[in-house]
Amino acid sequence: MLNDVMTIAIHIGLLLFMPPLLPGVINRTKAVFAGRKGPPLLQPYFDICKLFHKGMVISESTTWVFLAAPVVALAATLLAGLLLPFGPFAAPIHFTGDLILFVYLFGLARFFTTSAALDTGSSFEGMGAAREVAFACLSETAFLLGLLVLVRLSGSVSLTPMLLSPLAHPPEAPVLMAAAGLFIVLLAENLRIPVDDPNTHLELTMIHEAMVLDNSGPLLGLVHYGSAMKLFVLSALALHLFVPFQIGIFGADWGLFVIEMIAMAAVIGIVESTMARLQMRHVPTLLMAAGLLNGIGFVLMVR
Amino acid sequence: MEMSLTLAACVLILVSGVPGLFSRRRSAWGQMTATVLVLAGSLIGLTGSFAVLVTRHVFLASLPGIWPGAPFQLKMDSLSAFFSVLIFLMAAVGSIYGHGYWRQREHSTTGQKLRLHYGVMLAAMVVVTLADDALAFLLAWEVMALTSFFLIATEDGQPECRQAAWVYFVATHLSTLALFAMFALMHEASGKFLLSAIPVTTGAGLKMAIFLLALLGFGLKAGMMPLHFWLPSAHANAPSHISALLSGVLLKVGIYGLLRVLTLMPDPPAAWGVLILTLGAISAVLGVAFALGQHDIKRLLAFHSVENVGIILMGLGVAMIGIAVHHPVWVILGIAGCLLHVWNHGLFKSLLFLSAGSIVRSTGTRNIDSLGGLARRMPWTAGLFMLGAIAICGLPPLNGFISELLVYLGLLRPAAGHGSGSWVAVASGAVVLAMVGALAVACFVKVLGGVFLGSGRSTAATEASEAPLSMRGAMAVLAGLCVAIGVAPVVVLVPLESAATVWMGNEAAGSQLAVLFPWTMLTAISMGLAVTILIAVTVWQIIVRADASPRRATWACGYTKSNARMQYTASSFVQILLELLRWVLRPITHGAGPKQLFAESVDRHTDVPDFITDRMASKYWQIFKQRLIPLRRIQQGSVQEYLLYMLLAVFIMLALLIPFGQISAHLLGR
Repeated sequence: MLNDVMTIAIHIGLLLFMPPLLPGVINRTKAVFAGRKGPPLLQPYFDICKLFHKGMVISESTTWVFLAAPVVALAATLLAGLLLPFGPFAAPIHFTGDLILFVYLFGLARFFTTSAALDTGSSFEGMGAAREVAFACLSETAFLLGLLVLVRLSGSVSLTPMLLSPLAHPPEAPVLMAAAGLFIVLLAENLRIPVDDPNTHLELTMIHEAMVLDNSGPLLGLVHYGSAMKLFVLSALALHLFVPFQIGIFGADWGLFVIEMIAMAAVIGIVESTMARLQMRHVPTLLMAAGLLNGIGFVLMVR
Repeated sequence: MEMSLTLAACVLILVSGVPGLFSRRRSAWGQMTATVLVLAGSLIGLTGSFAVLVTRHVFLASLPGIWPGAPFQLKMDSLSAFFSVLIFLMAAVGSIYGHGYWRQREHSTTGQKLRLHYGVMLAAMVVVTLADDALAFLLAWEVMALTSFFLIATEDGQPECRQAAWVYFVATHLSTLALFAMFALMHEASGKFLLSAIPVTTGAGLKMAIFLLALLGFGLKAGMMPLHFWLPSAHANAPSHISALLSGVLLKVGIYGLLRVLTLMPDPPAAWGVLILTLGAISAVLGVAFALGQHDIKRLLAFHSVENVGIILMGLGVAMIGIAVHHPVWVILGIAGCLLHVWNHGLFKSLLFLSAGSIVRSTGTRNIDSLGGLARRMPWTAGLFMLGAIAICGLPPLNGFISELLVYLGLLRPAAGHGSGSWVAVASGAVVLAMVGALAVACFVKVLGGVFLGSGRSTAATEASEAPLSMRGAMAVLAGLCVAIGVAPVVVLVPLESAATVWMGNEAAGSQLAVLFPWTMLTAISMGLAVTILIAVTVWQIIVRADASPRRATWACGYTKSNARMQYTASSFVQILLELLRWVLRPITHGAGPKQLFAESVDRHTDVPDFITDRMASKYWQIFKQRLIPLRRIQQGSVQEYLLYMLLAVFIMLALLIPFGQISAHLLGR
């Protein structure tokens, strides 16, 4: 009973306070690869705090949609985070069909962020939003195919029993396929290299960064916080496939989870350091490849 | 009692347009009477229908004298009531909306006939859901088809409107023809014209023929791909509250017919379910894909109806497969998803069509690319449209999500089991549904961005004004219901369980619905989402004070003189997706791009024509017409000739009645 309460408290605590650490780790990893010293690990926290103390300028063509979007996106991501088990611990909320809600909450977030981008009337932001919705059609399909593999393997349509069931001992081909496919989806959904470059606002790479060009001050802080949280949630999902280990001791398992998350961010950093961003017209091919990987995993289970 | 209420409601609605015929053209009196009669009828009808859904009683009534040789029987059970609830509700909403949208004073030439046909069509639709024998069904079906033809042709001064109405006319008669054949075969199988169960001993070939004819006849009405060809232009060219009715209700009558006939079929093979599921998946994907390419907002919404009918059919497909392989859980989830999506689509699609009507009324255009920035001129319409858009994309916490989740669970449940075989086909449906969801988000963000957000691209858009109270009120009712079903899905559990039980004919399985779906959990989730957003907004207000922030022009990378025409247009917004889907949509580009290095004036636009009406029909229709020329000889338009044909027909029928065998036996026997 006490452990249950503790689990929920730690779950919510980590979900709220750990996300900005991940971009910090990614940036540090990239700096190491580039031979630089790099920003402090906690720089994203400092950035968000700084932004919250600033004033902001709003575009005169915008309506309430523009102001609401970061809030709705954050709330949706937070709720999605509550549906997902972290490490070996059950999620605070779980019920039949929660995996669909999980996928659709990100859809809700996307609906609002892309609408907000169009609300400014800027062609740059429109272009970013257009790319976001187009690529989402492929990545969401690939995502659901990956989840379908897990549904079949675990025999459950709820995230907690699905991800906590012993998916594969030893890892079977479908799980490996799904893990690879979901990792690409993770990179694409969080707009990391090789799909998008989070460091530039250049027209060639404009997806997420272009959509938030007109956000400033606290609004921008909220956007950064929200995207860090999305990275956190999707990484926590992918961890179940990459390292389904557990120790069995309450504290040690949470410690392991935190370490695994940091390692995951480091891996993303390594991917970003060693790969070039794809040309925009090749992104759909990459996402279809993710879908195909998951699809092959799916086909392998048809007996 | 419930049945009499429903029939009384039918009569009230049927005659609602009649008093107006005797009023003067420009007086509002006729419209008032019609609205009052429709509202009264709807209230009575809703009471009766809900009572049937709750008590699960079955009522029979027959009017034996009406037709010699056929009983003309009506029967009301929960499945009929489930559909008549939707019809009565939309009747009331459309009629209130019509007060602001189609004022008698402004439309003095068309208002009277519109209201007459409106009432008759609604009453006919209710009778279709009640009909228990072939004759009553076909009669009501035909009345419904004819009156809806007149409703589509309301503005018959415009050539595209006449064209749309004629295409609809051909389609609906193809549908009736298929149904005539279907009922004849059903008579062959069961020996009755009543809608009674077909004997188990019927041959597989005959059952298959009945099923395929039902799929053709009802599929045409429901707008299933590739039988949807009449739908986009018919829905786009009718007045908006009629479009709402056609899209939200009339298509569902097709679904009702299919559901009803399937209840009569014993032991359906799994192939039927797979066929319905496949057709549903095709309709869903292609419906939304074609919607992406449209520039006309009402045409776009019409293609989304095809998409949603696809989702409804996917639910039905799962249920049919479940029946064939004896998995009651699949059946109940599939049919519940199918039925609830019927209601939900009726609500949010009507809401979207009514909001589109409000845009058309105040700007005079349906072209998405020439609007923009309406959210500030028409905040109510914008907010309500946005709500409808979230609902139709199946996003939480609105009603679209609830029914899509039911369908998803039906599709995923087989994959979670340990059985082999049909789960693959079913589970692939879930992937299709995910893709449809993402495409729908893209499509509705396109509409929202193009029409309501940013700044206006034409004077019509910058000078638009908000819709009158009656129109906003009608839309608000629908929006409220979308929110209610989304936030507290448990309110639909009783009607859903009742209708699903009748369809399955299995009391025990029907009652499982309550435990198979997270009814109350979703309420908690929606509340959680709402509370989180509220807290965030409150904290937000304290930290940010958005209204105190300075407002400046949108940042354009240092360029200071941007204007509305430099915005990303709705067409450019979906260009990447159109490129990806080029192999099926085959968009046509008119005009060439700039050829020189320096700026010059170019005119370039893309169209996504419908693949049946615009590509195949126009090609093959000519050939068809050539072949039929010889037949013109018997169709000369002279009344005498037609009288002769009738007389001949009567003679032939009488001749068939003469007992030649007996007579000859009599004569020869002597």
